[in-house]
Amino acid sequence: MEKINVSMKVNGKEENLTVEPRTLLVHALREHLEYTGAHIGCSSSHCGACTIDMNGKSVKSCTVFTPQAEGADILTVEGIGSPDKLHALQEMFKEHHGLQCGYCTPGMIMRSYRFLQENPDPTEDEVRFGISGNLCRCTGYQNIVKSIMAAASKIRDEEKVNKKEIA
Amino acid sequence: MIPSAFKFYKPDNISKAVSLMKDFGEEARVIAGGHSLIPIMKQRLTDIKHLIDLSGIDEIKGINITGDEISIGAMTTQVELINNEELFQKAPIIREASLQIADPQVRNLGTIGGNVANGDPANDMPGLMQLLDATYKLSGTNGSREVKARDFYEGAYFTSREDDEILLSISFESPSGGYAYEKQKRKIGDYATAAAGVIIKVENNKCSSASIALTNLSDTPVYCNKAVDMIVGKEIDNDLLDRVTKTCVDQSDPVADQRGPVEFKKYVAGIVIKKALKRAIERV
Repeated sequence: MEKINVSMKVNGKEENLTVEPRTLLVHALREHLEYTGAHIGCSSSHCGACTIDMNGKSVKSCTVFTPQAEGADILTVEGIGSPDKLHALQEMFKEHHGLQCGYCTPGMIMRSYRFLQENPDPTEDEVRFGISGNLCRCTGYQNIVKSIMAAASKIRDEEKVNKKEIA
Repeated sequence: MIPSAFKFYKPDNISKAVSLMKDFGEEARVIAGGHSLIPIMKQRLTDIKHLIDLSGIDEIKGINITGDEISIGAMTTQVELINNEELFQKAPIIREASLQIADPQVRNLGTIGGNVANGDPANDMPGLMQLLDATYKLSGTNGSREVKARDFYEGAYFTSREDDEILLSISFESPSGGYAYEKQKRKIGDYATAAAGVIIKVENNKCSSASIALTNLSDTPVYCNKAVDMIVGKEIDNDLLDRVTKTCVDQSDPVADQRGPVEFKKYVAGIVIKKALKRAIERV
């Protein structure tokens, strides 16, 4: 079958790939570019395990064809922290036990990452509505919500410090 | 789940898109947000050989408001509808209904055009557009034409859109009066078990105008003309609201599915219609 060239920026790096148009973005990321952070859960846009950031918006990468992402700026969980320097969300998920099996976690983190930029000081209800497109079958969500609330507060504190330093 | 193979096109204007539709006929489909189309392609319920991505066409994006005239490009996403403050001032029911569609990620990509043109009776926008008495503008090989939302839907996934036509925009007048869109669903991301929209004007406790429409309670949206005739000009009291609700339910024609048997759906329909009526009247 005919393949086409697609280029996109993933975690700040320009990537070019040659794929069949029917290749789902999640497969392009995982199998062609080896960013295995985005997980495949339901593959029917319900569970949110494949959530990534595309052009500054949370999307489910199982429901995007790769050529639809031509020229896109993509961020996966690999792009927001590293083992030596975790992102506030990753640190708080660890501290507040926001995961058990961990399968939904990259999707939860990526959705929360964008959600906290849309709403840096959310209520618990807003967090729950904000992550309503992500399913977790282990935690009962309690600790996920706690982790996100804690990360929100940590990010706000860090920003206050940054502002002071600049001033 | 991998769909069968197709060729991908991304035209940058409508006439190129229309000519692709004409060239490939039934083998071609347009894709907007893709959140109805990609799932059925993955399940191989449809066989598309040529997929035409509309996201490169700027002329069918965005929200235009001039006075009370509202025009929304087909490629406008649900999240753009929700975040547009001017649209919220002019037609707050759009935000109320959009926030009840799917989930945040899906609303980031899902478009109003895909939602209304797909003809899925479970989609919320068709009922909402009938409620608002909206007009759809379509373009095809024979030029463009306008169709009223109340005349557009013929059956599940069957609309008056011709194979070579593409939906350009949706327009309606800023509604006045109280409004409500009530949706009962099993969980976030699910389609409605039953949903109802109401827009109503009340002066001195008398209804001066009304519009009522239902979602997922028939193979097309249901515009409740009989109930509207029944309520307009009358004094509002609980007994009238009960009779209006029953008339709406009688006009519905749901089918049994995983969301429940017909009797249950009609019961839920009665609840959401009554709630929508009451809340719309409170907001007058």
